[in-house]
Amino acid sequence: MAQLMKRRKTEVTPSVPSTPPVAESKTGTIDAIPIPTGDPLETLLLSSGGPVELQDLDLESEALDTIKSAGVDLIVPLIGQGELLGALYLGPRLSDQPYSTDDRRLLGSLASQVAPAMKVAQLVREQQVEAKERERIQQEMQVAALIQQTLLPKHLPSIQGWHVDAFYRPARAVGGDFYDFISLDDGRLGVVIGDVTDKGVPAALVMATCRSMLRSAAQRHTSPSKVLAEVNDTLVPEIPPAMFVTCLYAIIDTELGEVVFANAGHNLPYVRSGDGVIELRATGMPLGLMPGMDYDEKRYEMTAGDVMVLTSDGITEAHSPEGEMYGFSRLMSRVARKPSDGDVVAALVTDLETFTGKGAEQEDDITLVVVKRTSSAKTSALTFEESSQVLTRFTVASEEGNERIAIEKVSDVVTPLDLGTGRLERLKTAVGETVMNAIEHGNDNRPELDVDVEVSVTNHVVIVRVTDQGGDRVIPQAETPDIEAKIAGEQTPRGWGLFLIEQMVDEVRSMSNNGAHTVELVMNREGVS
Amino acid sequence: MESEFGATVSRTEEGAVVVMTGVVNRGAKEALESAYEEAASLPGRVLLDFGGVDYINSTGIAVIVGVLAIARAEGRDIGAYGLTDHYREVFNITRLADFMTIYDDESAAVAAG
Repeated sequence: MAQLMKRRKTEVTPSVPSTPPVAESKTGTIDAIPIPTGDPLETLLLSSGGPVELQDLDLESEALDTIKSAGVDLIVPLIGQGELLGALYLGPRLSDQPYSTDDRRLLGSLASQVAPAMKVAQLVREQQVEAKERERIQQEMQVAALIQQTLLPKHLPSIQGWHVDAFYRPARAVGGDFYDFISLDDGRLGVVIGDVTDKGVPAALVMATCRSMLRSAAQRHTSPSKVLAEVNDTLVPEIPPAMFVTCLYAIIDTELGEVVFANAGHNLPYVRSGDGVIELRATGMPLGLMPGMDYDEKRYEMTAGDVMVLTSDGITEAHSPEGEMYGFSRLMSRVARKPSDGDVVAALVTDLETFTGKGAEQEDDITLVVVKRTSSAKTSALTFEESSQVLTRFTVASEEGNERIAIEKVSDVVTPLDLGTGRLERLKTAVGETVMNAIEHGNDNRPELDVDVEVSVTNHVVIVRVTDQGGDRVIPQAETPDIEAKIAGEQTPRGWGLFLIEQMVDEVRSMSNNGAHTVELVMNREGVS
Repeated sequence: MESEFGATVSRTEEGAVVVMTGVVNRGAKEALESAYEEAASLPGRVLLDFGGVDYINSTGIAVIVGVLAIARAEGRDIGAYGLTDHYREVFNITRLADFMTIYDDESAAVAAG
C-alpha cells in the first residue's frame, strides 16, 4: 500500500496512488490523512532526512495515530525548500519482510526527485489561480468604469455669469466617486459630489442608485437637507452592509448667487473670495448608515470673482513618494492661489501630480468640481456644454514594437464609439507613430521609462494624450517629406512619422511640463469616414 | 529586434510577386530587400502583395521607399495589391502611390500585366 500525499498551505492531503495493485488482498489505498502545520509529526519529517519507520515511533500526534491506524508502516517525506510538500505513505511490504536499507535509500532518492517537481507544479497552479483572479478583477473594473462613465455628466452647465468646470479621473481599481449637475426650476442649479465607500462594481452600482435617488428627490424638494434626508431614508434598506455614501448637495440660485447646501459627511467645499478662503461647513451623517437623520442646511452668497471648489478624498488623501498626505490645509492653500490663466481645475490637478510624483499609481478616484461666479449680472440662461470622460489610461515600456500594444488598447476603447472604420484606422496609425516617437525620441528607448497614454472623449472629439519623459527636447515641425529626393537616394528614406501623425488626425497639440512631454491627438467624432 | 515579417517570391507569367506577411517596419528591411532582389532577378515586372500584411508603420514606409529607390535605379516597374483601404490612403498621402501602380486586387494586377 502506498500513498502520495500532496501538501497545501495548512495540511497534507493525499493524491495519486503510486503502486499498482499486485495482489488484491495485500494492496490498496487510503483516504487523505492531513498533517496539520505545527504537528510534531511535521517537525519530525522535516528533520528526518529520509523515510521514517512508524513501528516504534511515539509522538503526541493525532495525525500519527490516524496514519498508524490506517496500516502505514513507513512515511517518505517530500521536502522542498524546507517545506513539507507531501508524503508517501507505505504499508507493509508484500513479502511481509521489513523495509531494507536499500528500499529506504531507493524511496529517499525517489522522494528527492519528486519533491522539486511537486513544488514546480504547485507554483504553476498557484500562478494560474492568481492569473485567473487578476483577469476577473480586471473585468470587474472595466464594468465598474463603464457604469461610472455612463452616469457621470456628459455636459457641463453653461450659465451666463458663471463658469462651471469638473474633473474626474478614476483610479485603476475604480472607486465610487461621482458628481452631478441637476437643472432645477427658476434657473437654479443643483450640484452634487459624492463618494461611495468600497470600489469596483458594488460601489458603481450604489453610486448609480444614489444618483437616481438624488435626481428624483431634487425635483421634489427645494431644500438640500430634505433631499439628503429623503435619499438617506430610501438608501438605508437598499445599501449593502458596511457601505455608505458621503455626499454634498448644493443648490445655486444663479440669479442671486445664493448657495444653499447640506453635507452628508463629505469633504467640505472651499470658497475663495476677496477675503481669502473659507470652508462651507454643514454637518450630517453619511447616507445609508441609519434612517431618520437630519442634515444641517447652510447658506453662502457668492459674489463676482468667488470660486467654490468641491473635491473628493482622492485628492486630500493622496500621498507623496515620502508618504506625506496631501491634506486639507495644502488643498486650502492651493485654492487660495489664483491661477494666472484662471484654470483652477488644471492648477489643482497639476499641483496634485507634482506632489504625488510623476507616474505614481493613483490611490483613489479623483473628482473636482469648480463653480466660479464670473459676474453678478442677473440671468438664468442655464444650458449644458461638453465635459470629457477618461476612457482609459495605461503605460507601455519604452521598447521598440510596444506602440502596437498602445494601438490595440486605444482601439479597444475607441471602437465602441463608432468613429467609422476610416477614422478609427487613421487614429490608430497616429497613436502608433506618436507612441513610437515617445519611445524612441522622448525616452531614448530606455525600457525603464514609461510612455503614458490617456484616452478621453467628449460628445464631439476623442483625445489621445501620449506623454514621455523628454520634456526638454525640441520637437521638429512636421514637414512634407520629399519623396522624389528619398527615392533618388538624395535623402534618408526615413522621416515619415510626424508627417503621418499630422495627416491622420484632425488636430495635434504638443506641450511640455516638468520634464514630461505630451502630444495630444484630437479626432472629431463626426466627419467623413 | 526579431522580425515579424515574412517575404516569399513566386514566379508568374509576367514577372514575379513578392508575397509579404506580418509587420512591415524597420525589421522588415533585410527580408524585403532580399526578396525584391530575388524577384528582380527574374524577367518582367515585380508585384508586391500586401494581402498578408497587417501593420505598416513609418519605419516600414521607409523600407518600402528604399525598395522603390532600388527599383527606380534599375528602371523596373513596381506594382502592388492587397492593401487595405487604410493603407491605400496612407500610400496616397505619402505619395508612395506615385511611384508604384496600386491595383485593387491580384486579378486586376495580373490583368494589367
